[in-house]
Amino acid sequence: MKKFGELIVQPDPWEGLIMGNHALARAMFEAGVNVVTTYPGSPTPEIADAILTVPVDKRPLHFEYATNEKVATEIAFGASINGHLSVVFFKSVGLNVASDSAVQLGLMNMVGGLVIILGDDPGANSSQNEQDNRHFARMSYIPTFEPATPTEAYKAFLEASKLSKKYQIPVILRMTTHVCHAKEIIKFGKIDTTEYKYEPIFDAKNGPFLPITKSVFPLKRKAFTRISSMEEEAETSNFNKVYSPFGSDKINGKRLGVITSSMPVLSLLENLDEVEKPVDVLALNFSYPWPKNKVKGFLEAHDEVIIIEELDRIMESEIKSFAYDKEIKCKIYSRTDSEDLMGELGPDRTWKILSEIWPEIFNPKVAQKASEFNNPRIPQMCPGCGHRSAFHAIKQALPKDAITVGDIGCHSLGFFKPYNMGEMLLSMGHSSGTAAGLSIGNDKRKILAFIGDSTFFHAGLPAIINAVLYDHDFTLVIMENGTTAMTGHQPHAGSGEIGEKISIDKVLESFGVKFIRRVDTYQQKKLTEYVKESFDHKGFSVVIASHPCMLKFMRGQRKKDNYVPKHVEIDQNTCENHNVCVEDFACPSFIKNDDGKIMVNEDLCIGDGSCKQTCPVTAIDFKKGEK
Amino acid sequence: MKDMNIYMTGVGGQGIGQLAEVMIRTCNKAGYSVKGVDTHGLAQRGGTVVSHLRIGKKVHTPLVPPGQADIVIALERLEALRAVHTMMKDGGKVIYYDVQYQTVDNRLGDIKYPTIDEFEEAVKAKGGEVVRVFRDDIPDPRMQNTALISEIVKLGWIDGFSKELAIESLEELMQGKGLEKNLELF
Ligand SMILES: Cc1ncc(C[n+]2csc(CCOP(=O)(O)OP(=O)(O)O)c2C)c(N)n1
Repeated sequence: MKKFGELIVQPDPWEGLIMGNHALARAMFEAGVNVVTTYPGSPTPEIADAILTVPVDKRPLHFEYATNEKVATEIAFGASINGHLSVVFFKSVGLNVASDSAVQLGLMNMVGGLVIILGDDPGANSSQNEQDNRHFARMSYIPTFEPATPTEAYKAFLEASKLSKKYQIPVILRMTTHVCHAKEIIKFGKIDTTEYKYEPIFDAKNGPFLPITKSVFPLKRKAFTRISSMEEEAETSNFNKVYSPFGSDKINGKRLGVITSSMPVLSLLENLDEVEKPVDVLALNFSYPWPKNKVKGFLEAHDEVIIIEELDRIMESEIKSFAYDKEIKCKIYSRTDSEDLMGELGPDRTWKILSEIWPEIFNPKVAQKASEFNNPRIPQMCPGCGHRSAFHAIKQALPKDAITVGDIGCHSLGFFKPYNMGEMLLSMGHSSGTAAGLSIGNDKRKILAFIGDSTFFHAGLPAIINAVLYDHDFTLVIMENGTTAMTGHQPHAGSGEIGEKISIDKVLESFGVKFIRRVDTYQQKKLTEYVKESFDHKGFSVVIASHPCMLKFMRGQRKKDNYVPKHVEIDQNTCENHNVCVEDFACPSFIKNDDGKIMVNEDLCIGDGSCKQTCPVTAIDFKKGEK
Repeated sequence: MKDMNIYMTGVGGQGIGQLAEVMIRTCNKAGYSVKGVDTHGLAQRGGTVVSHLRIGKKVHTPLVPPGQADIVIALERLEALRAVHTMMKDGGKVIYYDVQYQTVDNRLGDIKYPTIDEFEEAVKAKGGEVVRVFRDDIPDPRMQNTALISEIVKLGWIDGFSKELAIESLEELMQGKGLEKNLELF
């Protein structure tokens, strides 16, 4: 069988069982994309994984992990105005970082074409919010596709890149978590293997590309005109269609319909299969700008229509105001319960919405009784994680009333039991800014902020520079693990995998940070001392708490032929049940039996030994007989 | 061929991704039309990790609705119990590999970890059928998922889900020594 890295760039058509994100990578190769950039974030990292399965010399496009989403967007923009078909992709909140540049794109000519793939996350499965980026599309006049399935995502990408090239307009492909990760059989087309010649064709005459006072209005006028042409495209697009699986008869003298987009299309089709009643569904998966005539026709053909979209009421307000202007008689219902504006709309939830409006068709079922179950499993840091040693050590240095500021990354998990550190969080890299604010007018309570190493480069630097300039009095702990761990071990500026490693220490020195200490987090005593020292230092101080990501390290180890598993064990004769290992240090490898005895779960333990030092009676040691 | 909802669950790191991939490929080979979806991202850090698989003709969404799973496949006891409560339909079937990964609350003594009896009671209360799997001939915990697959083959819960097809799927996903060791579990 062909390896995935061969299949994904195979010129001939093929058919396979594949995930949405991987299908997008294939679509890029088929569309002849030249430049792809990203910053990692769920639910999109597997797009990069798929591209990277193709060795550089066989990869017909340039791929970059940029420092952050804004940089990624700018690279894609630069490449596009030089004539190259470009793609930038990132998670939902990535657009907040990118937006200062991204909001300009809809005003300008993307000469080579530009597709923006957004991984929105209804349900906040792996994000700090569930923001609806369809707002951004409207704010920046960028047409948007919202595919409902992997097959549709693949086709929508091809269509988006075609439209983008034709009109030189950026196009958004708004994916959602379970479209990114859904798997199904997809039939792929062929790849044109003609080699692309990179010609730097930039010419200011293709613009304007400079939105200064005089050109702002002409640019905006153009954006409006382009959105109108897109509306015509949307009228005839296959992505906007009516489903009438059970015909279009009247029910109780009325014709009923639902307008929707993206995943809820599937949920509604499931609901209809269950009732087998003639309710029509208008799916608008080329959703912005939506096709006015098609929608008008649908509204006029129905007596009652419900608009069900995932998250905010965007299409609903637009369509309602349109219907008002056109004096369309159709009764348009909306979601009234604010609960229905949150989370993913699976079939159970669309059913609930339908049943509130048309109870005679969609039986308000006795609410599915998911029985009471309270035994949560909160995500935890992995066995051997350097962050755990850091939290354990830092806790020993913290005064009771200290305030700890979290940031984004695996170390956000420090907020959970039993460490309870990092008590607030806004966004990637917020911690130094927030800590500075907490330090103002405060000579009573110590402030300690965390930041990961990928985040340090991503969005951490401006606030750190600010802290240096004003010498804000707080301690910044840099949780350095040499990788962007939480999103799947992507490289970053300090990991040494892309070009030469940029040293965090040198960056800080060059800023003029006066207090910098570096320590491996497994040296817990030393880390505790450094943090105490940093509290004594008046003004801004930094402790670099470093240890390689052990999940990444162990994956490497396990691949080796001579790999032998290692473990720790507890000497039951020495153990006095202080429970520090299991309750305070809390490595998941420790088990507490009902009789209070502490054991080691050898399926989990990696024998790193970072726990040994936490035992007050040294009952933990490497397992005898293992090296 | 019956439409079926299959819900898989375990703890991050246990190899649920591989289990899900073998399941979906094998069902596909057995002639079902298939749709599936896995959890990725944050939950992989020692949290609950799940995968949905829906097979049959009349399937649109890949997500198994709550309380609608015909079959639950679990790699861990507490996660099996959670799935029985939240996902298994009345009269559903559950197969689980009986390892115990305590949660923080379990270790701190705030909430108890379920016993085998408590688990089986919960399945019975929903009129379900339960199969416990535990083997002491498994050299590597990351092969527990294959132990479940080999058991699922024998149970015959899914028409056409044969040993040959399951092995074919495994062969597509692994090579060398790892593959050999996994095949020995059949
Ligand atoms: C703006 C933005 N982009 C991307 C993400 C996704 N994300 C979540 S955690 C994380 C990793 C951060 O890596 P690092 O700072 O090195 O911390 P680690 O996980 O390695 O501890 C990323 C990129 C996000 N939450 N917000």
